[in-house]
Amino acid sequence: MTSTLLVIGAGSDIGRETARAFASDGWAVQLAGRDVESLKREADDIAVRGGRPVALHHIDVLNSTSFPAFLDALSPLPDAVVCVVGLLGDQARSESDIEAATTVMRSNYEGPALLLGAFAERFLARGSGTIVGVSSVAGDRGRASNYVYGSAKAGFTAFLSGLRNRCARRGVAVVTVKPGFVRTKMTEGMKLPGALTINADVAGAAILRAVKRRADVVYVAPVWRLAMTIIRLIPERIFKLLPL
Amino acid sequence: MSLLGGWGRYPLGESALLRPRSLAAARAATSDTEAVVARGAGRAYGDAAIGARATLETSQLDRMRAFDDETGILSVEGGVRLADVIDTFLPRGFFPKVVPGTRFVSVGGAVAADIHGKNHHVDGGFGDTLESLTLATPDGAQLRLSRTENAELFFATVGGMGLTGTVLEATWRLSKVETGWIRQRTIEAANLSQALAALSAGHSSTYSVAWIDGLATGARLGRSLIFLGEPARRDELDARARRLPFGAVPPPRYRIPFDFPGFALNRLSVGAFNELYYRLGARRTGAPFLVPAGPYFFPLDGIAEWNRIYGRAGFIQHQCVVPEAAAEATLGEILSRVAARGDASFLAVLKKLGPGTGLLSFPMPGYTLALDFPLRPGLLEFLDDLDRLVVAAGGRLYLAKDSRQSRATFEAGYPDLPKFREIRRAVDPRGRLRSRLSDRLGLS
Repeated sequence: MTSTLLVIGAGSDIGRETARAFASDGWAVQLAGRDVESLKREADDIAVRGGRPVALHHIDVLNSTSFPAFLDALSPLPDAVVCVVGLLGDQARSESDIEAATTVMRSNYEGPALLLGAFAERFLARGSGTIVGVSSVAGDRGRASNYVYGSAKAGFTAFLSGLRNRCARRGVAVVTVKPGFVRTKMTEGMKLPGALTINADVAGAAILRAVKRRADVVYVAPVWRLAMTIIRLIPERIFKLLPL
Repeated sequence: MSLLGGWGRYPLGESALLRPRSLAAARAATSDTEAVVARGAGRAYGDAAIGARATLETSQLDRMRAFDDETGILSVEGGVRLADVIDTFLPRGFFPKVVPGTRFVSVGGAVAADIHGKNHHVDGGFGDTLESLTLATPDGAQLRLSRTENAELFFATVGGMGLTGTVLEATWRLSKVETGWIRQRTIEAANLSQALAALSAGHSSTYSVAWIDGLATGARLGRSLIFLGEPARRDELDARARRLPFGAVPPPRYRIPFDFPGFALNRLSVGAFNELYYRLGARRTGAPFLVPAGPYFFPLDGIAEWNRIYGRAGFIQHQCVVPEAAAEATLGEILSRVAARGDASFLAVLKKLGPGTGLLSFPMPGYTLALDFPLRPGLLEFLDDLDRLVVAAGGRLYLAKDSRQSRATFEAGYPDLPKFREIRRAVDPRGRLRSRLSDRLGLS
């Protein structure tokens, strides 16, 4: 039996590499995203590489009224769903522009959480499935440089943690993935520390491994688990004075 | 700005690096940038893929678009690497008909250099496997090229070193193979004349190539090991190979971790290597044996970054082709001068070629000799002397390997150059496409 994967946010670099990794592992793949036109290019690529057709679906995670119809249209209901939707935004702009901050918060927390919550209902009814949310190390502690984005990711991480707790004994696995720095469209032009930065295909391969072993929380580059543990342990009265 | 080089790491040049993420962006970059050239995987040895001012790198144009298992016809974007194609399709029983000595080249680069393989004398070059191309031209157009559609531009683009536009997509035919194994037969050739005779007789073999000892002199001048190969049929596999009928191409097993010091390659070390390599190879002559396609076609891909053995100064590969009639005399003279100089490396290859495809394609009926030299004082003058021998014999040098030939050598070797210039003027009247190579050779 062929397993099926759905990638939400498949136009992103991590989304594409995740779909490639699963396709080359023999999975059937469904792709969903906002820009179906440009997703066609990814679908062709994965169909040629995997040797089987790829289904394409339109989804805008900010439009929650479309979720039930979106779920009904999936054929079959996938065995695993990976949500890679996210929006870094511009921290400085998010500080003063309420609308911009709202979009960042909704794109990183509200949309992905509500959508994966809807998948959880279907998966629990079926009694099986794996839900993967791509969150961020930025959600591990709020920092001046990216707390609007980080707080939304923190909410998403907490949501996934609760969902995992609820589903754990009912056949449905929930995986939280924190990639750390990845070379993608989102980070293009940013100065990233080379030793801490990975390519998107590494994240894709890590997500495949995490689904196979039904992992709980995955830091793609293990050094981040250590780094964020240290950052979380710094007392607030010192932390607040650090240039982070 | 980035400091770019080719695989030989000589010369290096400053260039702005563009990395378009979509075909539309690549098209815009081709028409809106001054003095730009496309760069695939950066495996050309010299200055072909260093833009005069800007370089359009195609690594993000890596999507496969369509495949037909009935015909083996595959459409891919220009930045897809042959390694990716082989990993995807060899397990499904398809293999590119033409592959160069490394699988880490891009398809766009394979078109631009009209690369050849060990079967050129039988199957032709990469250009011969093409069905069609999609080219972004400097005036912002996107054209479909084939033997029947924009045919002149097609034959200028095949082997045209990126100087007609950026290859956005290529549609080409893969061969059906029963297995991923090659039945290899090794022949020992005691000197150059035996080597040429063996390669000529090897005409009946699909694949043939000779490793040549660049330090041997006198009666042993040009002593070689000839590696003949045939794609193995399913019923020719032994028990070990049957377990892995498509004998996966392994990822690089070793990596050169640092630049070797300049003195590491010398007559003693290379001489010792060559002696050992020749003796070990000679022990396997006679009956054919099975080798996986990977090590057969891409022996050096097993060692990542092998170009670092030449040290920080880099190296030059001198690859010439000489027409058959003049081959023994000219190649013999080249080899004796190389042996006398004494610093050719152990990477020396002799092959038979058939006629070329594009206007600037390298192959012509004859023999090609490729020799690597670490960059040292006096090398450039020495290679100029070799060029004079090549030109006198009616031969030419391979642009994908070139970093230093003179404009006169180039013009003497490529008789279709006036035609190429004419087509180039029509497609790029403002002269936007410019590489270091095109500036050096008066092609800009």
